[in-house]
Amino acid sequence: MHPAPSVILFSVLSGLGFGMLAWLGIGKPPMTGFSAFIFFFVAYALSVGGLLSATFHLGNPKNSLKAFSQWRTSWLSREGCCAVAALTVMGVYAIGAIFFETHWMFVGVIGAMLSVVTVFTTSMIYAQLKTVPRWNHWSTPVLFVSLSIFGGALMTGQVTVAMYGFVAVGLIQIFAWFISDSSFSKSGTTIETATGLGNIGKVRMFEPPHTGTNYLLKEMVYVIGRKHAAKLRLIAIILMIVIPILMIGMGAQHGIKAIIAVLSHVVGVFASRWLFFAQAEHVVGLYYGKRG
Amino acid sequence: MTALPPKSDVKLGLVIDLDTCVGCHACVISCKGWNTENYGAPLSDQDAYGENPSGTFLNRVHSYEVQPEQGAAQTIHFPKSCLHCEDAPCVTVCPTGASYKRAEDGIVLVNEDACIGCGLCAWACPYGARELDQAAGVMKKCTLCVDRIYNENLPEEDREPACVRTCPSGARHFGDLGDADSAVSKLVEERGGMDLMPELGTKPVNKYLPPRPKDQGNEIDILAPLLAPIATETSGFLGWLDRNLEKI
Repeated sequence: MHPAPSVILFSVLSGLGFGMLAWLGIGKPPMTGFSAFIFFFVAYALSVGGLLSATFHLGNPKNSLKAFSQWRTSWLSREGCCAVAALTVMGVYAIGAIFFETHWMFVGVIGAMLSVVTVFTTSMIYAQLKTVPRWNHWSTPVLFVSLSIFGGALMTGQVTVAMYGFVAVGLIQIFAWFISDSSFSKSGTTIETATGLGNIGKVRMFEPPHTGTNYLLKEMVYVIGRKHAAKLRLIAIILMIVIPILMIGMGAQHGIKAIIAVLSHVVGVFASRWLFFAQAEHVVGLYYGKRG
Repeated sequence: MTALPPKSDVKLGLVIDLDTCVGCHACVISCKGWNTENYGAPLSDQDAYGENPSGTFLNRVHSYEVQPEQGAAQTIHFPKSCLHCEDAPCVTVCPTGASYKRAEDGIVLVNEDACIGCGLCAWACPYGARELDQAAGVMKKCTLCVDRIYNENLPEEDREPACVRTCPSGARHFGDLGDADSAVSKLVEERGGMDLMPELGTKPVNKYLPPRPKDQGNEIDILAPLLAPIATETSGFLGWLDRNLEKI
């Protein structure tokens, strides 16, 4: 799949932002006044900034408001609704913490749950697609949600939780990569089932329908970057998991070590998310003889 | 509403005969011609006369080579457009309700006035039947020529999809696949019509008729002996000519 920068930016930043909001909602850290403002400002900048960057992916954004209407069937619509609900409820909670020096626990817990659910809905946009076997697995939502929760823990200074969480996230990530490498071949969809010609014999692309490129090839038959996938995976896991854990182990509560831990983690998540898209194979590639 | 409608009795769709398709791409051109002038935004081209042309098409013809275990390989031309699936995954993923399946005849359509161009429906479609128009920013797909098939301003013989109307080899058929007695349903029954990627559970309405079995090369026709050359010695005028030419 085409790793569109706007979608990668969106899913990484809003994942972190909503992860932060989830921790802030349960009163961790228990900040009020100006220091609470700083935390909420960063969390909102990430989550809202991410959502805005996602709109750059749209071909026709003027109809965006209609995207809140189909929550009964569409994970993308559910994501929009949950994001607005989470941001609204957490906004009320933030007003209490910043201006009234109180934590309205009930509001905060609702907001925290909505924040986590928002990230889950994001992950389900991908995990629901049978057409992309690599994504169509329960490890996709588990990875997205756990990355968001423990990334948020790091960002809100819950370093001990973050450290143990990152160990789990690292294992989930490695498991997801391991599982997904064989998911296409295990899906049972081949050029023979795609064309229905398997009864006659082995099918091979003879001539493509068009000599140039098209939307389908650009969007869903993306092949650049697979060559370095193994190296990128190593880089991703080191930056996203190993360095932050080392920094926390060396006492990264504040200061330069905390900054290194956060930056390293964020860059690592970007690398992992880039691979998530670039490595994903859509079954339509079979019609173009580009799979298997 | 992007929920799928209750199962409709009428299932309009195409039956495509892979045996008779000659791969001329006339259906591709007639589809582009009709659909760029009628329903919704035109089907744009980018860099049409330049080095790297591309454009939006609702129907494309692939060509495959199939190699049986024994015997010669076969070339099969393979037209592909929206299959108007009964369980259309492109419809339910749509966040705005732009993508919908009609209850009355099962045609899957896009309401371009509600489409945000997110492209998720194209991701959800296994068949590559949807293309986001790069000029209009909205999703385009086969409409089954909904603006022809019910159009009383057209002569009756033109009230079928442009691709079917234009096909010179009769490889495309249009009709109601929900009606077991319709000509298309009978054709599917007779020829063993099949679904593409049935394992994905989309339940396509359009069916493909597999190529008929080929003749085997080693079978000798009963008339073959009559076709063997019978004159080994030349005689008459040709014989005279042959002999004299030899002498020169």
